[in-house]
Amino acid sequence: MSDQEAREPGLLQPVAGGGLLDRRLFLKKGLAFGAGAALVGHMRQGLAEEPPWMKTPGEPFTNYGRPSPHEKEAIRWISANSGAPGNGISWTPLHKLEGIVTPNGLHFERHHNGVPQIDPHQHRLLIHGLVENPLSFGIEDLLRYPMVSRLCFVECGGNSNAGWHEEPIQTPVGYFHGLASCSEWTGVPLAVILDEAGLRPDARWLIAEGADAAAMNISIPVEKAMDDAILALYQNGERLRPENGYPLRLILPGWEAVLSVKWLRRLQAANQPVMARNETAKYTELLPSGKARQFTFVMDAKSIITFPSPGQHLRGPGLYRISGLAWSGRGRIKRVDISADGGRSWAEAALQEPVLPQCFTRFRLPWRWDGSPLVLKSRAVDETGYVQPERRALIAERGRHGYFHYNAIVSWAVAADGTVSHVYA
Amino acid sequence: MRNDRNRSGPRWLAPALLLFGMNAAVAAAPESPKLGRPASPGEIAAQDINVFPDGAGLPPGKGTALEGKAIFDMKCVSCHGPKGMGGSAGELAGGGSLTGPHPDKNIGTYWPYATTLFDFIRRSMPLDAPRSLSEDQVYAVTAYLLHINGIVDERAEMNAGTLPRVVMPNRDGFVQVWPGEKAE
Repeated sequence: MSDQEAREPGLLQPVAGGGLLDRRLFLKKGLAFGAGAALVGHMRQGLAEEPPWMKTPGEPFTNYGRPSPHEKEAIRWISANSGAPGNGISWTPLHKLEGIVTPNGLHFERHHNGVPQIDPHQHRLLIHGLVENPLSFGIEDLLRYPMVSRLCFVECGGNSNAGWHEEPIQTPVGYFHGLASCSEWTGVPLAVILDEAGLRPDARWLIAEGADAAAMNISIPVEKAMDDAILALYQNGERLRPENGYPLRLILPGWEAVLSVKWLRRLQAANQPVMARNETAKYTELLPSGKARQFTFVMDAKSIITFPSPGQHLRGPGLYRISGLAWSGRGRIKRVDISADGGRSWAEAALQEPVLPQCFTRFRLPWRWDGSPLVLKSRAVDETGYVQPERRALIAERGRHGYFHYNAIVSWAVAADGTVSHVYA
Repeated sequence: MRNDRNRSGPRWLAPALLLFGMNAAVAAAPESPKLGRPASPGEIAAQDINVFPDGAGLPPGKGTALEGKAIFDMKCVSCHGPKGMGGSAGELAGGGSLTGPHPDKNIGTYWPYATTLFDFIRRSMPLDAPRSLSEDQVYAVTAYLLHINGIVDERAEMNAGTLPRVVMPNRDGFVQVWPGEKAE
């Protein structure tokens, strides 16, 4: 019996089916994750001979660091049109990451016609239309403006769309749900620039446009623009990467990512939406009635277990840490529940602080797996009271042809041999 | 399901204050260096390529489906296939229904506004040479796509006056989710 067990014998009793343990265990010292034996093994090996990297000088400095060569699998998977390689997506490998911040080189991508290589000295932002003063800003100008920083997720409206398929897709979780990433974005509040231009009372929409070869355009409600939109210049402390909008992009926290226009070059204030291709033919969701939902801007609450998840392997029964991500476009995550018995019973997971609005929220829960087959689920609840729906409820409401905005509860089946697969359960 | 709530204050304030200890007065009314330089009408016109459903933004020019077919067959067919079907890119025509087990979403069945065709083609097509078509060519290709979807006659001229008056079959097929309860 460990010290922990001796002090609080109840804490190591399961709090829900399938061996889920109390989240408060993470707050206590002394929860040894069965690491003792492994540590002894390592020490024994170490005593025999020091590793070679301790017996010779290491590599020299580098101007820009790179991941360890041993982490070659922590990469974006690219899914592009072979006839048009600049038109496609790449996924964040969520199954390889921990915490809440996505490294810049792993932020998901959606490009409509490639990544423009923009000279920041030639790039300008034009604001015109229903404004008192049409204005043009250089990047050097914007760098002098007051700035805010905001940690928030950016999620494609089409993320997780394989969930609509008839059969559960079998792929690592990042290549199913990884059109979502989370960064600290720093830039100028859009409201500051709009105030300078002077929005006229009849301005209801801003038509944003990128400087890429698709000149991607889309309509943004003035309310959102004035509320929390950011003209982002920095991502996780460094200037934007080209594939994430260098030198200037919009960030609309909590809203589908197509509105966070990259390579932003123009904002036209208008009294109507432009009804661009990407807000009519795309990013709208066909319902069983034949009608389609349009302007479904807010990303609803979602959660996924990233460990254990498909492609990963449990090495026998014992104590594990379930880990995952939850987020909501409506605000903060209030609670994440985990089930290890297919949804019959649930236990509340620990949330990593700080829990921020419209931001990835890491959840974790200790779990003692007894080696029997079971189904893991996670369910997010946000501060508005919105509860992530079961798949059957989402499909009953929306049908199976909406393509966008799939946010149902995800189920992973753990088999007796420790393999994990995606199931509809 | 509920939509975004109406809030009075900027939502970035709270987390920004929490994380970075900003002074509330500064955050509420950020001082601006006001570096925007006035944009001239000519500068705006050179960049403004938005086309709205009411026709605002449409340039002078004209074209018919007959003219558009030749352009389409030369510049578009390699990705979109003959008559907009069977290519590597999404189907542009072919009819069908939006209900049932295999809905057909194409220009004729799904797109609510004809002006969107002009806006999208002019700014981004063809993929290997965007902005290379003349205004007349964009009108002509737009007319051709409307024609192969059975919406306009092959000799109907599309221009800034006629294009916004084309009524698309799925014009009323959309339910606007935003702003939700605020509009009710």
